[in-house]
Amino acid sequence: MWNYTDKVLDHFHNPRNVGKIENPDGIGQVGALACGDALTLMFKLDENGRIADVKFQTFGCASAIASSSALTEMIKGMTLEEAQKVTNQDIAEFLGGLPEEKMHCSVMGREALEAAIHNYKTGETSMRSVGDDPVICQCFDIHKSEIVRLATENHLTTVEQITNYCKAGGACGKCKAEIQEILNSVTHTAPEPKQEEKPRAMTQLQKIKLIEQTIDTEVRPLLQRDGGDIELIDVRGNEVVIAFRGMCAGCRSAHITKQLLVEAKLREFVSKAITVSEEGEA
Amino acid sequence: MSRLAYLDNNATTQVAPEVLEEMLPFFKEYYGNPSSMHAFGGVVQKKVDAAREKLAALIHADPSEIIFTSCGSESDNTAIFGAATAIGPGGTIITTRVEHPAVLQPCRKLKEMGYKVFEIGVHGDGTLDMDEYKAALSAPGKKLVTMMWANNETGVIFPIKECAELAKAAGAYFHTDAVQAMGKLSEVNMAEVPADMLSLSGHKLHAPKGIGALYIRKGTHINPFLLGGHQENGRRAGTENVPYIVGLGKAAELAKIDLASDEIERIKKLRDTLQEALLKLPDARLNGSLTKRLPNTLKISFEFIEGEALLYHLSDAGICASSGSACSSGSLEPSHVIRAMGVPFTAVHGSLRFSLSRYNTEEDINQVIKVMPGIVDKLRKISPFVNA
Repeated sequence: MWNYTDKVLDHFHNPRNVGKIENPDGIGQVGALACGDALTLMFKLDENGRIADVKFQTFGCASAIASSSALTEMIKGMTLEEAQKVTNQDIAEFLGGLPEEKMHCSVMGREALEAAIHNYKTGETSMRSVGDDPVICQCFDIHKSEIVRLATENHLTTVEQITNYCKAGGACGKCKAEIQEILNSVTHTAPEPKQEEKPRAMTQLQKIKLIEQTIDTEVRPLLQRDGGDIELIDVRGNEVVIAFRGMCAGCRSAHITKQLLVEAKLREFVSKAITVSEEGEA
Repeated sequence: MSRLAYLDNNATTQVAPEVLEEMLPFFKEYYGNPSSMHAFGGVVQKKVDAAREKLAALIHADPSEIIFTSCGSESDNTAIFGAATAIGPGGTIITTRVEHPAVLQPCRKLKEMGYKVFEIGVHGDGTLDMDEYKAALSAPGKKLVTMMWANNETGVIFPIKECAELAKAAGAYFHTDAVQAMGKLSEVNMAEVPADMLSLSGHKLHAPKGIGALYIRKGTHINPFLLGGHQENGRRAGTENVPYIVGLGKAAELAKIDLASDEIERIKKLRDTLQEALLKLPDARLNGSLTKRLPNTLKISFEFIEGEALLYHLSDAGICASSGSACSSGSLEPSHVIRAMGVPFTAVHGSLRFSLSRYNTEEDINQVIKVMPGIVDKLRKISPFVNA
């Protein structure tokens, strides 16, 4: 059996706010019978623009039902601006956590809420603007923007995690390589921000050691995953000189990697004053 | 919690009290190694031999044709890789789309290794596509056929006697995974079915987990999988798991008694009672052949609701069953068996399997019949696909 929290089981057994609302202000429908889960969410606003009533209907497993129920409890009384800020992570946290493989249930809740708000604002029933947002997973109809968003918001780095969060890649598996490609670009542009900067007084030797260590633990593993590598060439004051190796050498996005991964990590872990240049660069 | 109604016997079974009793002395008193050259080990050797005879008797085989393994999966792997090495790379493997992963995965591995692999499809009722099978058998070169006797999810039975005869006529090795059929079908009879190899598992037969066996017909050449000692006539190294072997022997003896009595008929009647009651519920449909099916298995789908949610409610009511739904399996895809049968995606997610054993009673069945309408109704009320 799944290791569900008591709160998940409580919301599964006693789902809150089940049903429909006559003439709702917003209605969101996501999922499908064929996919194994689906959720219809509807709300009505009061005169102050707060969610006065919210109801749901869910087809799905225990955690899908619990996530839907939890979401309705969370957003009741919120303004739409507040509700819009609810993330799938918030839903999972409200329930005391969900098994990793079941995170897509919380994502379904967030998607239904967005669809309902979108419906209220525009009257449209579909959120998708086709254009340049290609479908990546044909089996579960997952678009690129959704994968990018989940990876960014939840700091996901592996295809398996993406599958857990939105099912993409979980059926025929043909899109796994494409998801990995998307993840590679996301990981490089969305480093997890750390809050405080630790003031450090270091000798140059200590600094070089810390730089080496940061490259070893924070940078190299990411590059090696794509068949690349990095070498520390020199440290001149706060200027760090590196060289890309393997697949990274000559890669067109190497300068982005340098700036957004290598430099960001060194600034985070060593010193804000660090600048990174590639060997041979002026 | 309410009384327990265990209806998940295709997953595993209760160890028979007689089996456990038979096993216990082999932990405390008779702990000798059957290979030892002293009377203390010799006594144990006799008990292992006796167990082998009992198991051979259940399937009408010669005791020398039985090797003990650690589980059904080991038996399948030994048979498939053992025969595949014997036919050599470039040979052909014929299997079906609805096999247990312990067969499907080795076959797919062999495909990577250069073997030609055919996965034969099934009809909507889960029965084998014989035309496709015959066509695959006409492939040139050396061949191995591996197919299950009865399906674990639906209980659908394949015509193993006919399939084995066809395979032998085509000069192919024939292996069958009989894990689910064992003790439930009297036609699992190696004197009449010309299969070369047959896998079975203890824990589906009221013996404990951790013991299985592989039947290898005399004269069948396969390369051993586990190398080392001389045990099992050099066909499976490793000191014998004596208490479990003794347990499996006892379980086989009990199964033979069941097959000769009206016990199987009793189980079938209970299953049919449950089937009749559940099919009366709205939008319920049976999966799998009504006639070519194990007497203990019932696979049924409830549209518009999801299997895992059903299982959790049943569990609260003290009922153990199983589902082929995506969520309950830990994967995102519904069962490969149900999909191979072409059951529409809209119906696969709400599938339930009830599987019975000799320990089930009318009370168990009534317990399900009593709570099921309420559970289905509760979940349908939440479902967006049902208009209240």
